[in-house]
Amino acid sequence: MFAFIIRRLLQSLIVMLAVAFISFSLFNFVGDPVNNMVGQEATAEQREALRVQLGLNDPFPIQFARFIGNAVQGDFGVSYRLSRPVSDVIATRLPATLELVFVAAVLALVIGLPLGVYTGLHRHGFGSKVLLTLSLIGISLPTFLIGIMLILIFAVWLGWLPSFGRGDTVQIGWWSTNFLTVAGWKSIIMPAVTLCLFQLTLIMRLVRAEMMEVLRTDYIKFARARGLSNRAVHFGHALKNTMVPVITITGLQIGSLIAFAIITETVFQWPGMGLLFLQAIQFADIPVMAAYLCLVAFIFVVINLMVDLLYYAVDPRLRVERSGGGH
Amino acid sequence: MTDSTDDIIVTRSLWFRFADGLRRFFDGDVFYSFRHSPVIMVAFAVTVLYFLLAFLAPWVAPHNTYDVMTLNLMDGFKPPVWEAGGDPRFLLGTDDQGRDVLSTIMFGARVSLTVGFLSVLLAMVLGIVLGMVAGYVGGKTDAIIMRIADVQLSFPAILIVLLIDGFTRSVLPRGVHEQLALVVLVLSIAFANWVQFARTVRGSCLVEKNKEYVQAARVIGLHPALIMLRHVLPNVMGPILVIATLGLASAVLTEATLSFLGVGVPPTEPSLGTLINVGSDYLFSGSWWITIFPGAALAVLVLAVNLLGDWLRDALNPKLR
Repeated sequence: MFAFIIRRLLQSLIVMLAVAFISFSLFNFVGDPVNNMVGQEATAEQREALRVQLGLNDPFPIQFARFIGNAVQGDFGVSYRLSRPVSDVIATRLPATLELVFVAAVLALVIGLPLGVYTGLHRHGFGSKVLLTLSLIGISLPTFLIGIMLILIFAVWLGWLPSFGRGDTVQIGWWSTNFLTVAGWKSIIMPAVTLCLFQLTLIMRLVRAEMMEVLRTDYIKFARARGLSNRAVHFGHALKNTMVPVITITGLQIGSLIAFAIITETVFQWPGMGLLFLQAIQFADIPVMAAYLCLVAFIFVVINLMVDLLYYAVDPRLRVERSGGGH
Repeated sequence: MTDSTDDIIVTRSLWFRFADGLRRFFDGDVFYSFRHSPVIMVAFAVTVLYFLLAFLAPWVAPHNTYDVMTLNLMDGFKPPVWEAGGDPRFLLGTDDQGRDVLSTIMFGARVSLTVGFLSVLLAMVLGIVLGMVAGYVGGKTDAIIMRIADVQLSFPAILIVLLIDGFTRSVLPRGVHEQLALVVLVLSIAFANWVQFARTVRGSCLVEKNKEYVQAARVIGLHPALIMLRHVLPNVMGPILVIATLGLASAVLTEATLSFLGVGVPPTEPSLGTLINVGSDYLFSGSWWITIFPGAALAVLVLAVNLLGDWLRDALNPKLR
């Protein structure tokens, strides 16, 4: 167990270093950072002074080490486009994205899991067939199209929900939240539904496949032979054993929710990190791109690590197999 | 004299081989399964129709949307024919500049399918080569390639494509980037999707390389590359075909998403995603057809290709038969 954690930690570290290296190369090889900071009329001496001051004449490994040192402290320099420290910009945008992703993940799990169980148990029922067809259509519909259709129906035609922005937010320290006002809740509904639909279908199909697999096994037959109630068999024995892959996929999907939030945030003009990143790409705002990249990679790595560790908590079999006895 | 008889024999045997292959295909399980699922036949027909319409767009589209001379701003914002105020010349209505929506969809599908097809082809070649090298050579090469694949797989494709696009945008001057936008797009989508091919090919390679026919080929001294291409590749083609089909659907979707976000194809060559993006600006003024019809066209295309891919996976998998 211990060796496993160490190995996974090392792997995560290597991934983070690789991502940091890509970010660093963005800074160094794309354009001249000095040109981005001084005006046209700066003299050669001023430029040289700035180069020395920024340490751009230092050897490559030293520059890279300095970059990592700064990055660890959250210092990614100043945004070219907004002329504000990148860490400030990200801090104001982070809550919006995290709240959106949180609501979407909860929705996907709370709706997807029961639907998956239902379609897995009633394999040939009419309801299952309808749900499966719907889910295939759901996978084929691009996220942004779903968002546009929701806007058309609920904002333009019915006028029930706002079509863009976060509505009213309440500031708690540096964190601004949607959850404390009615307008905030109303504005998060459509983006969250749009974002969760793909994950919802994924979770539903996964749970369904796993349920069908587990229901065929001998211990389920044995549980039935013991005369246990359907509910005990389905939820106590079957569902519990489908949880490992479900946890993996759900966990990993939180990462892709953050990535897909780029699209949802653009459709609904949600002022989160995704929108920020997209604008950074369009304006070649490298500090913001680099910071976003590192942050998202960090979140991904942490999630992957947590999912791996959760395995051990959920599935005792893994503990026995890997460590060969005590651990 | 002998030359010409040889020619005839060669052509005949080629023809026989072709006919034989054809007959075997039509008698085979795949075609049987195809004939017995109406949904798949429809999906196949729809896909073929899209490809035909896309590639014949300049000849079959009711209007040439690239020809600025034929456009008339007075024709702008016309609703579809069946709505009040519709114009019989424009079946699905017109957009803000008076372009026929049906025609823009055909030309848009042309761009979408070209980008999707080329990027999947490229991803396939890249994935097959790297997967085979990893599977056949093994050892350190294998470890390095697969580690990169693992890391890349833990990031969503859309993020990787966006990143490559952002990178090229900052490296290349603005004008050059506009010109190369399509190339960059194809390359980045291909680069984001090679992993699945590589993993599958590597897996199959590891299984196949210990079989007797590969050992026999090795014994007679064939070059490893030749063994891979002539002997192993045909045996792993099934799964590759499935991934390629599903990959086409996701590549078209990725391209549409990027174009919708405004970082994909240049606005001078609108794809389906660009059309949806442009149209969504007019949603609030009630002109829903400018964005909904291209959207529906995209969804139907992706659904049809996805259905084909799903079916192909089941049909080629002997375990499920």
